[in-house]
Amino acid sequence: MEKVEFVVVGAGLSGLAAAMVLAEAGAEVLVVERGDYPGSKNVTGGRLYLGPIRAYLPDLWEDAPLERRVVKERLTMIAPKSSITVELSSERFRQPPYPSYTLLHATFDRWFADQAMKRGALVIPGYKVDDLIMKDGRVAGIVSSGDEIRANAVVAADGALSFMAEKAGLRKPHVAKNYAVAAKEIIELPPQVIEDRFGLENDEGAAQLFFGSLTQGVHGGGFLYTNRESLSIGLVFALQDLMDKSNSKSSEELPSLSPNGLLETFKNRSEIRPLIADGHSVEYSAHIIPEGGFRAIPRLVTDGMLVVGDAAGFTLNMGVTVRGMDFALASGVMAARALLRAREQADFSSSGLSYYETLLKESFIWEDLKTFQHMPDFLANPRLYERYPSMACDLLEQLMWIGEGSKEKFSTTLVRTIRQSLLRVGVLKDLFMIRKI
Amino acid sequence: MNIEAKLGLDVFKIDTEPHIIIHHEICQAKCQIRFCLNICPAELYTLGKQGEVQVNYEGCLECGACLIACGHQALAWHYPRAGHGVQYRFG
Repeated sequence: MEKVEFVVVGAGLSGLAAAMVLAEAGAEVLVVERGDYPGSKNVTGGRLYLGPIRAYLPDLWEDAPLERRVVKERLTMIAPKSSITVELSSERFRQPPYPSYTLLHATFDRWFADQAMKRGALVIPGYKVDDLIMKDGRVAGIVSSGDEIRANAVVAADGALSFMAEKAGLRKPHVAKNYAVAAKEIIELPPQVIEDRFGLENDEGAAQLFFGSLTQGVHGGGFLYTNRESLSIGLVFALQDLMDKSNSKSSEELPSLSPNGLLETFKNRSEIRPLIADGHSVEYSAHIIPEGGFRAIPRLVTDGMLVVGDAAGFTLNMGVTVRGMDFALASGVMAARALLRAREQADFSSSGLSYYETLLKESFIWEDLKTFQHMPDFLANPRLYERYPSMACDLLEQLMWIGEGSKEKFSTTLVRTIRQSLLRVGVLKDLFMIRKI
Repeated sequence: MNIEAKLGLDVFKIDTEPHIIIHHEICQAKCQIRFCLNICPAELYTLGKQGEVQVNYEGCLECGACLIACGHQALAWHYPRAGHGVQYRFG
């Protein structure tokens, strides 16, 4: 039986960040990854915010295989036959330090694993953990195909489904309302074509989020990110709502409410079609996202184990931004710092590891999740996906439309729209709800 | 693009041993709704001739949505064995 100081389960961002910091401090750390290479089981929508994590991992980014720095933010409201896009372009995005980059997991994670290895971590892909070694009620290592590896502490960095956290009794069985499911496609295009279509210069990138009728009334939305030589395009659905809505549709309609069916419909819209034209689809992926927010965070520490990244439910959908990878990296670093302190004191019990929670609670992760804890309720509002986008698009269309005959006064159009919308059930309630976020 | 073409883009190292097993006795006795038929991004769940739910585990994208959506614990769902399953080249 082998014994190491620390085992990290999962070579994603959180696990590798933890391993890197541990190894750098001279600790013995083994990262096991079930995929053939780091990143081979990981999926991201596509963008990493560097702003919050430069302080945690300062010397990493110069040579990192990031795709494009995002200088253009677009938000699109989609009605059945129209849409409104807001585009923010800011010189601030064009000046270093750049706030965010698009990335591809398989490329980035492999490089990141190399960085961790250079600092002394041992990363072993093709190694799947089947179980935890439990000894006197504490986590004492991992089991894989009958082999046991003992450790002072295990870091559960095994992603959104985190069977490790469940086995250690830190998380209750998954409930659908805390998760979203995403389907994504990578479409290759020459860099010059991407830059022309999105109005970008060298290495610049764009990020676009969509909400409205593209999800057919299901809570969720779409995303489009520009990579160096490809686009990442996908849809995200709140899982419980997708279940409820797909069940209420008649069976003839079923194919159209499948994640891939809706993605195809989305790709065929006039807003998207010219952006992806002549592109080459090269990959189709799916993943779940822990979107339960602050109230769905599991217990994070037990005797001999810490939970980080997606496994800890650290993602935040704020409607206009979606985050997770920055939380993953920072939580990995904090876990490593807590483990190093526990190592000094030779105490890997939950109280010895509780410094992890202290660090988290002082960090942007906790603050942001707490500040936006009502966001899941706000985003569960069905009017965001059907009525409001249609209302806004209709209003603008009426104002801008010049047809035959005379045009009514703007004020007449506006007053009529406002009166109609305020009289609708729920609108006033929504105005009150907005104060909470 | 239909789902078969989509899955054809991906690299799979197919395991001979299925990593998703349907407990038909639970599935048939307890579940009328069968969310799995609709929510799987890879559309792997279908109905067989006798109306039983079937799954083509070979094309699994390993998201786990079916496991969460199945409220009856009718699925034994594990990650494929090491070295198997989908291998994302972009992610």
